[in-house]
Amino acid sequence: MAGTAVRGRLNWQLANVGSVTDETARVRTITLDAPDWPEHRAGQHLDVRLTADDGYRAERSYSIASAPGEPLAITVERLDDGEVSPYLADELMAGDELELRGPIGGYFVWSAADGGPLLLMAGGSGIVPLRAMLRERQRSGSTVPARLLYSSRSWDDVIYRAELSGYDATVVHTLTRAQPAGWTGYARRVDERMLAEVAWPASEAALAYVCGPTSFVEAVATGLVRLGYPPERVKTERFGATGG
Amino acid sequence: MLRTAGLVTAVVVGLNVYLARYSVRMSPISRGFRGRRREGPAGRVPPGQYVTTDFPVLSAGPTPRTPLDKWTFSIATGGGSKSWTWAEFRALPAETVTADIHCVTRWSKLDTRWQGVSVDVLLDQVEHTAAYVLAFSDGGYTTNLPVADLTGGRAWVAFDFDGKPLAPEHGGPARLLVPHLYFWKSAKWVRGLRLRDTDEPGFWENYGYHMYGDPWREQRYAGD
Amino acid sequence: MEPVDGNAIGGLLLSVFGAEMTAAVGTCASCGATGPVAEFVVYLRGPGTVVRCRSCTAVLMVFTEVRGITCVDLTGLANLTSPST
Repeated sequence: MAGTAVRGRLNWQLANVGSVTDETARVRTITLDAPDWPEHRAGQHLDVRLTADDGYRAERSYSIASAPGEPLAITVERLDDGEVSPYLADELMAGDELELRGPIGGYFVWSAADGGPLLLMAGGSGIVPLRAMLRERQRSGSTVPARLLYSSRSWDDVIYRAELSGYDATVVHTLTRAQPAGWTGYARRVDERMLAEVAWPASEAALAYVCGPTSFVEAVATGLVRLGYPPERVKTERFGATGG
Repeated sequence: MLRTAGLVTAVVVGLNVYLARYSVRMSPISRGFRGRRREGPAGRVPPGQYVTTDFPVLSAGPTPRTPLDKWTFSIATGGGSKSWTWAEFRALPAETVTADIHCVTRWSKLDTRWQGVSVDVLLDQVEHTAAYVLAFSDGGYTTNLPVADLTGGRAWVAFDFDGKPLAPEHGGPARLLVPHLYFWKSAKWVRGLRLRDTDEPGFWENYGYHMYGDPWREQRYAGD
Repeated sequence: MEPVDGNAIGGLLLSVFGAEMTAAVGTCASCGATGPVAEFVVYLRGPGTVVRCRSCTAVLMVFTEVRGITCVDLTGLANLTSPST
C-alpha cells in the first residue's frame, strides 16, 4: 500500500480545473479535480507543470489551501515578474487541464494528533498552508488553542479575510504598508516586541509554523527562538521574495 | 530482398509505434501558456532565449562581502602568480563596454553597459603558455574558459554596471565579463584566474553544462 | 533572488529518491551540523539547484537537469537519514 502511495505522488497527473475564485486583486484560489489524488496533509504542497506549444516547460510549487478530505485547492498570488503565476492567476479557467505532482512534504505538516497550542505566523501568501491547518483543526474537532499572526501589506491584501475571522482562534493582523481609517491594530513588520505580545510564552510549549517570504520567516523564527522556543518546535517554510 | 524490405518495414513500424507511445506520454499543452517569448531585434537573440529588461539575480550561494582592503585579483601559472590589490587594479586602464548578455536559464539582456579592465591588460603582465583558464571566485565558484576567449578584447574584469559600482548581488566589487559566452562563464565575485594546459570543468561544467558555452550554437549542456 | 529552503525541493527529492525527504535528517560533511532537509538553504532558478548548510554555507547537494536526466551530487552530506514513515 505504501508503495502505491509513493508511486501516486511520484507521477505527474492531469487534473481539471473545477473553479477559480478571486480572493484579492492579486490572489486566486483554484479548485482541482484530480482523479488519482492521494489524501494530503495540511501544510503540504503540490507541484504544477506547464507546457507551452514549443515544448517549453515551467514548474512551480504551490501550497494546498484545502484540508484533507476537502476538494483539492491551491491559492496562487500573481507575482508581477512571474512566469507561471500570472498564467494561473489570470488566464487559467474552469475546464482547463493542469499537470500536478504530489502531495509533497513531511516536515511542514500539522494534524490534530500533533497537538498544540498551535502558533501560526503568516507573511503574505504564506497564509495558504496555515489556512489548510486551521481548516483541518476545525474539521477534526481539535480543541487545541490556536493563534494566527498574519502580516499583509494592506487590508485589501488579506487573503481569506472573512473566513479567518470565523475560526475559534485568535487572529492578529499587522498591515505593513497601508491601514484603513480608524485602524488600531499593528501597522508594522513583525518584530520581537510584537512576537512577545502575540505568541505564547515558551513555557506553554506551543508548536509554531512560520510561512512566507524568506526575510519574514528568518525574522520571525529567530525571534521565537530568542523568546525561548526550542528550534525543533518552530517549523519554517520560506517562499522566497520572487519566484512565480 | 523481400526479407530486407520486411525488416525495414518492421523497423519503420516499430519506430512509429515508439514515437506514438512517446507522444502519448509527453505532457499535454497548457492552453494559453506562452512562457517567456523571444521577441527582440533581429539577429540579437540567440536560439531559445527571451529578452528581459530586468536584471535577474541568480546565485548558487550567499553573496560574499570581501572588504576592498582585503580584495586581490591574482593570476596563477605553473611558475608563480601575479596579484593586484584593489587600488592597483583600479589604477589599470579601464574601458567602457556595451554588450548583450545571455544566461543559460534563457534570459538575454541587450545593450548592458559596463566598465572594466580588459583581461588582455591583466594577462599581458604574466608570462605563460597556457591554453586554458579556471576562473575562481569568493564563495568557491569556478568556471573554465580557453585563454583565447579571454583575450583579443573579448573579456573584462568589470567593476561598474550601468554607470554605478557593481552591486554585490550582481557580482560586485568585480566580476568576470565574457559576453560572447553564456553568462555562467562571467564569474561573479571573481578573484583570479588559474592558467592551465588542459581544460578542466568548473562548477556547472562538472554537473553537465557545456565546457565552452556558445549561445549562438546553443551549447548549454555537454554534448550540445 | 532570496534563497528558499528544502521544502521547495520536496518534489525534486521525491522524483530522485522515490520517497518524501523534506523531513529526512542530513549531516553536513563540512561542519557536522545536523537538521531536517526542509531547513537547508536552497538556491533555485539558476543553471541548477544548490542546497547549502544553514550553519556554515557549505554545499550539501547539487541538482541539474540535462536532457531529462537529473544529475545529483550529494557529496556535501556526510549522512542523510529518512525518517521512518
